[in-house]
This record gives sequence, C-alpha cells and structure tokens, in this order.
Amino acid sequence: MTPALIDDTTLYAVLAPFAAAVVAPFLTRWFKHNAAWLLAIVPALIFLHFTGFVEPVSKGESFVAAKAWAPSYGVNFSVYVDGLSTLFALLISGIGTFIILYAGGYLKGHPQQGRFFSFLLMFMGSMLGLVLGNNLISLFIFWELTSITSFLLIGFDHLRAASRRAALQALVVTGGGGLALLAGFILIISATGEIEMSVLLASPDIIKDTTLYVPIFFLVLGGAFTKSAQFPFHFWLPNAMEAPTPVSAYLHSATMVKAGVYLLMRMHPLLGGTELWTTVLPLFGGITLLVGTILAVRQTDLKLMLAYTTVASLGLLVMLTGTSQEKALEGAVLYLLAHSLFKGALFMVAGTIDHEAGTRDITKLGGLRSAMPITFAAACLAALSMAGLPPFIGFIAKEVLYYGTWGWLELGLPITITAVIGNALMLVIAAAVAIKPFLGPKVETPKHAHEGPVLLFAGPVFLSVTGLGLALIAHTTGELFIGPTLSSLLGKTTQIELHLLPTSINAPLLLSLVTIGLGIALFTQIDRLRGLIGSVLTTIGWGPDKGFDQFVAGIVGLSWRITRLLQSGKMQTYMMLTFIFTGAAVLLPGFLTDSLPAMPKMPDYRFYEWGILLIAFFGLIAVLVANTRLTAIVSLGIQGFAVALIFMMFGAPDLSFTQFMVETLSVVILALVMTRLNLSPSDHRHGLAAIVTGIVAIGVGLGLTLTLLAITQQPFDSRLSDFFAQFSRSIAHGRNIVNVIIVDFRGFDTLGEIAVVVLAGLCVLALIRVRTKPEKPIEKPKTVAPPTPAQTGEAH
Amino acid sequence: MRTIIFRTIAPYLSALMVLFSIFVLLRGHNEPGGGFIGGLIAASALAIFGIACGVASVRRAIVFHPMGVSGFGLFLAAVAGIPSIFKAQAFMTSQWLELHVFGVEIALSTPLFFDIGVYLVVVGAIGSIALALEEREAD
Repeated sequence: MTPALIDDTTLYAVLAPFAAAVVAPFLTRWFKHNAAWLLAIVPALIFLHFTGFVEPVSKGESFVAAKAWAPSYGVNFSVYVDGLSTLFALLISGIGTFIILYAGGYLKGHPQQGRFFSFLLMFMGSMLGLVLGNNLISLFIFWELTSITSFLLIGFDHLRAASRRAALQALVVTGGGGLALLAGFILIISATGEIEMSVLLASPDIIKDTTLYVPIFFLVLGGAFTKSAQFPFHFWLPNAMEAPTPVSAYLHSATMVKAGVYLLMRMHPLLGGTELWTTVLPLFGGITLLVGTILAVRQTDLKLMLAYTTVASLGLLVMLTGTSQEKALEGAVLYLLAHSLFKGALFMVAGTIDHEAGTRDITKLGGLRSAMPITFAAACLAALSMAGLPPFIGFIAKEVLYYGTWGWLELGLPITITAVIGNALMLVIAAAVAIKPFLGPKVETPKHAHEGPVLLFAGPVFLSVTGLGLALIAHTTGELFIGPTLSSLLGKTTQIELHLLPTSINAPLLLSLVTIGLGIALFTQIDRLRGLIGSVLTTIGWGPDKGFDQFVAGIVGLSWRITRLLQSGKMQTYMMLTFIFTGAAVLLPGFLTDSLPAMPKMPDYRFYEWGILLIAFFGLIAVLVANTRLTAIVSLGIQGFAVALIFMMFGAPDLSFTQFMVETLSVVILALVMTRLNLSPSDHRHGLAAIVTGIVAIGVGLGLTLTLLAITQQPFDSRLSDFFAQFSRSIAHGRNIVNVIIVDFRGFDTLGEIAVVVLAGLCVLALIRVRTKPEKPIEKPKTVAPPTPAQTGEAH
Repeated sequence: MRTIIFRTIAPYLSALMVLFSIFVLLRGHNEPGGGFIGGLIAASALAIFGIACGVASVRRAIVFHPMGVSGFGLFLAAVAGIPSIFKAQAFMTSQWLELHVFGVEIALSTPLFFDIGVYLVVVGAIGSIALALEEREAD
C-alpha cells in the first residue's frame, strides 16, 4: 500500500523539541526546577499527536510528509509514519515526558539545570527525527545528532575526568559507526537510485538483488552494532553511566541505544532473511546477551547492573531480529516495548535511591521499603516485568519469543538455550535490584532516606504501571501496537493474537518455568557467582575497554611519529621539499607520457620587446651574482618589473598594474623581513649545497616553462572569453572585463580568496609576534592517562 | 631612510597615494583598476608612511587595527552577496540602483560594495604585515 501524504504537522512535531530546547534555559531561570512541568508539555503534546496515528496505522495504512531541504541532492526533511515508527515515536515522547519531570526533581537546584533540559530536549528531537526519518540522508543527520547530544549529556558533569572520558569514548564509538552507516546509505543510494526509505520498502528485494548487498549489509551493521552496544562495542554503554540518571534512563536504556535495533528492524524487509543475516545477527546478539548478563551479575552498583542488562537486552533484541522468524520478531517487538518501560522505570528508581539515600551500591543498601514505599512498589512492578513473570508485559514477551526461537528449525536450539540462560540471569538482576535495597534489615545510608518528591516518583510509577496495564489488555496491545510494528518488520500487513496467559501447556511455558527455576537457584548463589565471575575476569585481565585506550594511545603515537617525520621544523627543508615535489609534478608527467611540447619557432619580436627581455635576463643574472642578499632581492624586482612591462605591451593593463604593485610590495616586505631576521647579509652556501639548490631551481623553472608551452600549444577555447566579452556590459554593467569577472561573474571565488588573504594576514601577524625563544625539543604529547578502574566503575 | 626630504614628502605622498587608490578602486568597473590593485596601492602608502614617520603615527592615522579593517572588508564583501536572496535570486547575483543626485547619475551596486570589501581586505592584511615588520619591537 502506498503511503498517504499528510500535512506538515508531523514535521513540526519533530522540530518542536528543538524549539523547546532554546527556551528551556530561560524558563529554568524564571521557574527553577518547576520549569519541568512546562517543558514536559512539549513531549506530552507530541505523544498526543502520535496517538492519532495508532488507529489508522493498525489498519495497515502508512503516511509520509516532506519538505525540500537540499533538493539538488535529493535530500529532503521527510517523515515516514508506519507501525514501527509510531511505536518508537510514542515511546520517545511518552517516556520523554516523564524523564523531563524526573530531571526536574533529580537536578533540583543544580546551577546548570536549564542547560540539562536543553540537551535533553535536543536529544528528543534528534531521536524523533531518526525514527521517523524517511530520507536516508536526513535520517543519518538525526542519527549523528543523537550521538552528539549523547556526548553532551554523558559529559554533562564535565569537571570529572571519568565523565569526559566516557563522553569521548561514546562519541568515538558511535560516531565511528555513524560513518560506516553513512557509507552504507551512500552505497544504497548509488546502487538503487532511491533515497527515500518508503520508496525502498515498496520493493523489498531492491538491495538484495544488487551486487553491493554484502558491503551494504556490513556497513549498516557497523552503524547499528556500535549504537546498540553489541559485543565487541558494548563497553561504551556501561561507561556512559557517568551521566546523570535521567540520561541513563532515557538515552542509555529506553531510547537511543535502541536506535541500532530500530535500524535493523527498519531494514529487515530490505536486508533481512538472507543467510548472512540469520548467521551474523544471532551470533553477535547471542554473545552480547550472555556477556551482558554475566558482567551484570558481577556488579554491585545499581546503575551498572542495569547498564549491563541493557547491553544484554539489546543483544537479545538483535538475536531475535536476526532469526527472521515471524514469531521471534513478534517476541522482539514485545520485548522492545516491555524493556523500554521496565528499564526506564528501574533506572529512575536507582536514581531516586541514589538521590535520597546517597549511595547506589547494593551492598550498602537495605530495608528502604518503609522509608520509600512508593518507589519500592514501582521497583517491584518493573522488576517483575523484567524477570518475565505474569501478569506483566515482560512475561508475554518471553512466552512469544520462546515460541519463536523454539519453532526455528535451523538454529532454534542454541538460540533458545542462550535466551533461557540470559533470561534467567536477567531475573537474578531484577531480583537483586528490587529486593536487595528495599528488604532485609535497615542499613545506615550516607543520607537519611525518605520518599522522593512527586517529580521523582511519577515516572517510575507510571512506566511500571503501564507495563502491567498493557499486559492486562494484551489483546488490544497486540492489535494496536505489536501487530502494526510487526507488519513493518515483515513488509506485509499482519494480524496477531496476544493472550495474557498461555492457552495451553506448551514448550514456551515449560521453558519459562525452567528460566524461573534457574534464575531463583542462581539468585540464592549470587555472592558466590559474583566472586567467580570476578576472578575469571581478573585472570583474563583485558577487555575491549582497555583495548579502546590502547587503540587511542596507538593512534596518538602514530600521528606523533608521522608529524615528526614530515615536520622537521627547518624552513630550508620545507622549501626544498616543496620545490622538489613541485618540480617533479610538472616535469615527470611530460617525460613519462612522452607528451613534451614542440620547440616553438623563433618569434619575430621588435627591438624594444627584445630590450625588455634583456632587462629581465640581466635582472636574473644580477640575482645570481649579487654579493648581498638585499641586492639579490632588489634584482629579483627588476625581473618582475620587466614581466609587468610585457603584460602592459600585450594588452593586459590590469594584470600589469597588479604585477607592479605586487613586485614593489614584495621587495619592500622581503627587505623588511631581512632586517628582522638574524641572517648574515650574504649567502654562504657553496659547493654541493649550491649545486643541489641550482638543480632544483632549474628543474622547477624548466618544468613550468614546458607546462606553459604545452598549454599555449593547445587550441584556444574561446567560449569563456566570448561569453565574458558579450555579457560584461549587458549583464554586469561594466566595461572592464577583468574586474567584472572578479567582482561579479566569479565573485564567489573572490570571496573565498579574500578570506584566505585575511587568514594569511592573521597567520603572518602571529608569526611575527612570536618572540625568539631558546631552542627546545618538541615534547612528545602525553597520551590521555586511562583512568583507574575505580573511576570508571570497573567497566569491561 | 629617515632623511629630512623623505620625512617631509612622505605624508603628502601617502595621502596622494591613498586618494589615487580610491580613484583606482572606484573606476575599476569600467577602466583598469579595482579593489585589489587599489588595496595594494593603499597598503604601499601605509608602508611608506610607516618607514618615514614611524609605525605609531600610522596606527594613529588609521584609527582601527589594520586586521580589523581587513575583517570588516571580508564582512562587507560577504554582506554584499545577501540582497539578491531577498529577490529570490542566487547568492551574490548583482543588484543595481541608479540614483540621480543634482543631475548626476550615480550607479550604486552590490559589486561596488563587494569591491570595496576586497579593497579593505587587501589594505588591512598587507598593511598589517608591513607595519608589524616595520616595528622593531612587536606591539
């Protein structure tokens, strides 16, 4: 079904958060943290706008809207609304509303709270632009904007080295992946000639049929895997927990890290279903799931535990998407929805505990249930969903995904086993996060813990209750959200039936029981498990996080060595190299391709023309025999004036005029430079140095002469000069063609040139002002010292 | 260099050169000349004045820092490209305005302002290099 064209409201919905980001700092200055209430209206309205799409989209309709951006390149700012993008847009704006409120409470009184709101809203707009993006280039731009806003948010607390490192690491990893994605998109555009996603999706085999399928596949995967923190790029995500908790809850669990999963789901009809797809994705997804859950068990920091389970969940989603099985994809969509709700809620709970109790180390927390009853309730609801217990949406997701993987003939068994182990460990973490801080004997915390304000508990309560509510109306959820999204993944309209409770005792139910049993068994042994994993990791002693540091240090070292090789710091060497390469560049092609110009015949000059040539010649002789450098400089001016005269005689007054001035000024400036440099008045080079310099000089001169001869021996193409002669008066109102060309016909060139003149002037000025200092060897730049594990939270 | 004759003549010579440079700048569209040449002449004038009477007096005479003049020139040249946008034409499409003042026809145009920008850029950049070199002790 071709998408219907809609009005521009949806485009403005994408841009609205950016507008809100501009006013956020001012609102925060006036209303302090209560500005959150006002700012939350923006995502709430966007949410309402997208709820309007739910009903038509569930009937299989889709919509596009576009505005031309750079039409000559086919780049539009365009949106494509279908099941998948509606689900994402609702999650982004819905969770975003509560994150804004939560940020109001969490950073209450922070001097930079306005800036924080601003970044958060900019991120929201970028994310909306990404998931709704129809044009590949504008999708890419929003993709990069999410990386940049994520960088700003992770590094929000920029006075701490650990935050700065984490921000930079996230930017390098996701930005690097972004470049791969751009290359992939460009290949798609050049291979298919299409730039709009909706057009591509209309003919699903368009990419698979091209010979570029494999490179496109890997490049797109490069973007998706780095963004969604798949092994071995997973290390940046736990480090990103340096960000304030609202950021962790929003970007690094509920939305941004799902961008990669979104892309894979979006591209599934185009790239999916091939053998490559069903091999690579489940493999990396599965490894990520296991690595994530195992590393999560080892942590004692609430946020880090949740961060690693996020990595694991993303792995699960990629693994399921990689199966290309209808039922498994349905499970992936359900799990995506469930995860965004429970993980967002749990992160906010972790933040509230940290905010109110002063620590988020589970070994130092306990017995908070009576002090923070509402937070405890929200934590329980979210954790039950995460653990995959009925009657929560997490349970339905788990049932459906087991059904999907179990039924897959080729690789069903290993995938199912991976999923069971992963889910069991997920249950362990869920239990640890929800039970440990709240139950048991009361432990003294750094701050006297009590319930947070409404701004802090509104989000977790609402999200976790939604997780319950969507499960209770399972049938409607399936019809309105899961079915349409699945249709986008499959590229055809699909109807699904969801049930809260299994209708019969089947394999998925038994697998669920196994998962729960295994999870409870492991939970009782959590301390022993933690010790075991810890000692294994210590034995290995290396992880991708350390690898990142080694990589960065290696690059810095390499660039330092190359710089030292090319930049000796000696003017003479630079000049010599420049002229040798110039000479080679103009001489060699003529000799190698045997296309030397013919020797011109002796011209028929008049006596005064010969006279001028003689003046130039004597000027050059004077340069060579000059005793002092100053004489040489002035003599060079003689030759320059002679050339200016030649221009004058052959009808180029402007050129001649300029040449006179340039010669005069360069003699003056060179002479002035001479007085400032501590050079001896005469040139002392003799013997070999003089011969080498002479050869280079003659070589360059010969090369330029031959080039000029070759050019003049080409037939003259008069199209341009005819055009200028014809239109100089009529279009540009000027009789001086040279000036008209400079200021009008090719004015844009001139603008660039004068910008260069200004810059060159600034540089020369800076160089003149440098005082001579005693010579000091250039120090090797210090590589950024990797922070100790304590700073980065033992990230692996 | 600082002979009494040179020192006496230099201010007048510089003034004449600057005047001439403006003349060259303004006639540029129809006769040989233009912003670039004009700028070079004016920069030479500054250099001569500086050699004769010292850099400090040049700086006093031109009020603004030469690099500031240069930057303003670049700004002016870039701004001269903008009016065409309001007429939905491409950036830098030339716009002409014929004024009649006391019976004299004056042609104002965006290329003229562009050329003045070029002139200022060249005077400023070359002038500031020359002056900086003439100063024994960098300011």
